[in-house]
Amino acid sequence: MIPYDFEYYRPASIAETVRLFWVLDHQGKSPVYYSGGTEIITLARLHLIKTGAVIDIKHIPECRALGFEQNRLVLGAALSLTKLEEANPFPLLSKTSSGVADRTARNKITLGGNLCGQIFYREAALPFLLADSQAVIAGRDGIQRRSVHDVFNGGLRLGKGEFLVQLLTERSYSGLPYVSVKKRKQWETGYPLITVSALRKEERLRVAFSGLCPFPFRSAELEEDLNRRHVPLETRIDQAVRRLPAPLLNDIEGSSEYRIFVLRNLLAEVMEEMEGR
Amino acid sequence: MQTIGKSVYRKEAPDKVTGAAKYAADFQKPGMLYAKLVISPYAHARIKDIDISEARNMPGVRAVLTGQQAPLVGEEIRDRPPIAFGKVRYHGEPVAVVVADTPFQSQTAAERIRIAYEPLPVVNTPADAIRKDAPLVHENLEQYEKGVMTYSEPNTNIANRIKIRKGNPAKGFLESDVVVENRISFSPSDHAAMETRCCIAEIAADGVVTITTSSQAPFMVKKILSDAFGIEAGKIVVHTPLVGGAYGGKSSVQWEIICYLASKAAGGRPVKLYYTREEDMLTAPGHVGLDATVKLGCTKDGKLLAAEIVYLFDSGAYADKSPDLNRAGAVDCTGPYHIEHIRCDSLSVYTNHPYPAPFRGFAHSEVLFAFERTMDKLAARLRMDPLELRRKNAIVPGHTTPTRVLLNKSNIGNLPRCLERLRELMDWEEGTLIRLSDRKVRAKGISCIWKTSTINTNASSGVILLVNPDGSINLMSGVVEIGTGTKTVLAQIVAEKLQMDVSRIHVRMEVDTQTTPEHWKTVGSRGTFMAGRAALAAADDLIRQLKDMASRVLRCSPDDLEVGGERVFLRDDPKTSVSVKDIAYGYTYPDGNAIGGQIIGRGNYILRRMTYLDPETGAGVPGPEWTVGAQGVVVEYDRRDHTYQIIKAVSVIDIGKVLNAKAAEGQVIGAMSMGLSFAGRETFEIDRNGIVRNPQLRIYRPLRFGEHPEYIVDFVETPQLDAPYGARGVGEHGLLGMPAALANSLSLAAGTDLNRLPLIPEMIWRAKEGVSHDSV
Amino acid sequence: MRQTPHARMGLHLNINGEEKTVTVRPADTLLDVLREHLGLTGSKPGCLNGDCGACTVIVGDLPMKSCLMLAVEAADHKIITIEGLKNTPIQKAFIEKFAFQCGYCTPGFIMNAHALISRHPQAGYETVKEWLASNICRCTGYREIEEAVMSCLRKPEMERTPKGS
Repeated sequence: MIPYDFEYYRPASIAETVRLFWVLDHQGKSPVYYSGGTEIITLARLHLIKTGAVIDIKHIPECRALGFEQNRLVLGAALSLTKLEEANPFPLLSKTSSGVADRTARNKITLGGNLCGQIFYREAALPFLLADSQAVIAGRDGIQRRSVHDVFNGGLRLGKGEFLVQLLTERSYSGLPYVSVKKRKQWETGYPLITVSALRKEERLRVAFSGLCPFPFRSAELEEDLNRRHVPLETRIDQAVRRLPAPLLNDIEGSSEYRIFVLRNLLAEVMEEMEGR
Repeated sequence: MQTIGKSVYRKEAPDKVTGAAKYAADFQKPGMLYAKLVISPYAHARIKDIDISEARNMPGVRAVLTGQQAPLVGEEIRDRPPIAFGKVRYHGEPVAVVVADTPFQSQTAAERIRIAYEPLPVVNTPADAIRKDAPLVHENLEQYEKGVMTYSEPNTNIANRIKIRKGNPAKGFLESDVVVENRISFSPSDHAAMETRCCIAEIAADGVVTITTSSQAPFMVKKILSDAFGIEAGKIVVHTPLVGGAYGGKSSVQWEIICYLASKAAGGRPVKLYYTREEDMLTAPGHVGLDATVKLGCTKDGKLLAAEIVYLFDSGAYADKSPDLNRAGAVDCTGPYHIEHIRCDSLSVYTNHPYPAPFRGFAHSEVLFAFERTMDKLAARLRMDPLELRRKNAIVPGHTTPTRVLLNKSNIGNLPRCLERLRELMDWEEGTLIRLSDRKVRAKGISCIWKTSTINTNASSGVILLVNPDGSINLMSGVVEIGTGTKTVLAQIVAEKLQMDVSRIHVRMEVDTQTTPEHWKTVGSRGTFMAGRAALAAADDLIRQLKDMASRVLRCSPDDLEVGGERVFLRDDPKTSVSVKDIAYGYTYPDGNAIGGQIIGRGNYILRRMTYLDPETGAGVPGPEWTVGAQGVVVEYDRRDHTYQIIKAVSVIDIGKVLNAKAAEGQVIGAMSMGLSFAGRETFEIDRNGIVRNPQLRIYRPLRFGEHPEYIVDFVETPQLDAPYGARGVGEHGLLGMPAALANSLSLAAGTDLNRLPLIPEMIWRAKEGVSHDSV
Repeated sequence: MRQTPHARMGLHLNINGEEKTVTVRPADTLLDVLREHLGLTGSKPGCLNGDCGACTVIVGDLPMKSCLMLAVEAADHKIITIEGLKNTPIQKAFIEKFAFQCGYCTPGFIMNAHALISRHPQAGYETVKEWLASNICRCTGYREIEEAVMSCLRKPEMERTPKGS
């Protein structure tokens, strides 16, 4: 049971959605955009999120887009993760998102919800960071395209009243070799200790991480180190580990020093697989 | 035999697959109010002030309750105010309760209660608890009322100490060629039954208290309410519908007391108290933690001579059943081995953790983890096959237990045969450590198990059988259907005895303490034994009455009659018979004369010749029989990253007699799964302030589908002569050896001693790398 | 635009083939409404947090954790709860394979498995595992559940993926 009341709105267009947000904000209702809603429901139950109104974006046509337009893959923010996995237009995304929560929950969890929620793993961001995708964001100033690096790399940077409409990815990325591995504290259930996704483009390896830090990230310097093919693998990994941003997670899933240990092994596995191809 | 041994479907199966099965939270009553707890965010703190004024004036609020000095409750030691008074002793302890018209209103009002706390130093491990300068969790331990065999040590945190003194350990160690010592520890964890605790309480105008609760112990609810609040026992009626998993956790009495108080404060109106998952994990009693040291001595060819053992059970904030847990751990402190010289101190110590309920196996998986890890360590020191070491020392008839019970062919099963079967099933000759690749090895670990049930020496059980006008039978027993299928097995026992179709035995699933005969508690794998004996007695009683009535109809001696197929017939001329349905409600002669009346069979059973334990030596008879078994686990372990998978889990248990094949196998597999989950992943993550950081199933993670191994279950049948058809208790035993067997397999695979639970890869990495555990 | 400026709202739900009208708070979850308003107590509260799957129902043709869905979100869909299943193969299989003990997780497992069987009648073990890992059973150890579900699939693929490599 959610122990407080909020209003529920279901707008049908982007413009209406943005307008609604500001009207409700003006009324002091601290509105939140609601997509799959799983996180809002679970946090609201414990008063970890407080809102007077939720705005359900699942009925906005643009947010449900799924397909290729010219040379771009267009994915709406309100698509459920399982819908994306079953349609499978971007196999790396399917693989990475299939590690989120569980199958039934992913029938409800949406791409936008995973990317814009408070739970900081946001594993669905990794493929888009690797593919240098564009985020379509709606706000008071209209609809904008921004690089995912500006919005999702190292933390969530959406302005007040802005919401994610779509992600645009060059078609060529869906065919590139990839690896995505999720390591957990134990076996096959739970949040990641580390999720690493990797893509190879033009003989260069790209790598993005979740679970190491309280945000997903991709680091140019770290990739630079990993791609020095003339350097022995172990040395490259040593150098890459020094490039990690702070702070490293140190929590009940695992200590930071153990995460580093896991990372080294993971990187070795990823590099062996990607360079071996 | 027609029915015994068959995989008869559960009587309540159709209800359970259609959503018709009702559990406590499914009941609604007109005018029902809803209670909401306010729980402590501190593990140990003085309550300086509670301001309920705002909450009291919220819409729909009918009552707000805070703690009182008296009465205190608790099963073995009365040390617990139902709602905290003066100070809080664990994270999650109830501090206030709001009763309101709707769940929404009670929760909203509960959030408006303002409580000022003054934090106190926290006792955070059993080892800390027994330090001389440890803060006291209970300052007034001396004044508390205590049960028999509870030996508290005032002005310390020791709630109970049980001593086992057998033989002369000093001499035993002196004669030993090899001595090893091992320490283990694990934190408290949780039962995580899928149904969280729930209670509905109501007090009628005539003072009758009606309780509906998710409990394994409705008769104990009745007793405790009667004792604590001076209510006539006859005026308390406790209902238990189906229970959604219990595993011991619902044999403690807690939520019922709070719910009763809430109803009382609201003028007796029906009040529902539903625990959220967070409350179920924090507030309700959980699974005990343990710190232990085991020292073993043996000859150079592996004959065990002496054991010296210290068990420190983490009793948490309150004793409740903990003094029984450490006693059970003492009684079977050595594992199922013949050892002449034993010294064991088994303690329950207070800490500022959530307090323990019984947990499936009742202290046995816990002490076996300690003991069986040491056995493997000893085998390694001796360079001896761990299975051979166990076989060599296996306890058999003629030996005595740590409390000096002389074993015979009935009161203990056949452990050597279980070990031999395990050897085959695990392909032991293939080797125990097999290299699969540069990184991976396959490793095997085993554990022996045993258990007796240290329930009260005077525990009893009753069964009533009512004959229906159509000749079918209604069976009533106080056993709660918690998922074990015991009531279906009781129907099989009665059907077998009466030689009738089991589908014609109708079982009342619900228990109510007003009309159902008492069964002490549905715990300790004792349902089938005790209620089964009562059912046999009731069936005998029924048969006697049927023969008596039939003898008048058939004009013969009752001695010439047999009962079967819902008829009573002449032994030498079965065609001369009368249908049970024609005499079920008496017999009516052709002229209208009638005799007799409804036939009611009744039977009971009380444990026999159990004794209290001697306070100085522990000598005494703690339980009726020992179920024994041998278990193993096969893992595949990655030497690079210390991850592993459990490939196979094997149990060979001497069950005495299989009564329902699929149900028995299901009980064993389910228990194995729970044991592996406990050993491999489950623990409360308790921080340095005693705060439990993972009271949700998202971060406290029971085993999931697909993480389960291949299960192999096999039974040996050595009948317990005084049990129904020879059957031994088996509901818990599949769990008992899993933690030790898993740890033994992984210790072998990793090449290092693993003595902490849960066995997560980070822990193995720390053990391998020598990194301390305290950095998080 | 649909909106609910007041604390309570009327809602039409199609549940088990029946049209129901209820008055709810917009913040009520589907589970709240099924149990408290409609008396459909077969869907069980186990965690209210989307973790255990005991409250799983079928919305449209997908299993959904009814504690993770606002009732208002379900308004345009057909909802099936355990009370809406009668004599289905999976219910029969659960009984015959002894796939439950206490029975509390059973409605959620059955709804999930029923949706799986309807959607992927020839699913292999990996798919079954992916779907059923959404629910927790604390009693059985999962073997009997696995047997029950596999027995309802058209081309039963009983071979387990070997553990490890």
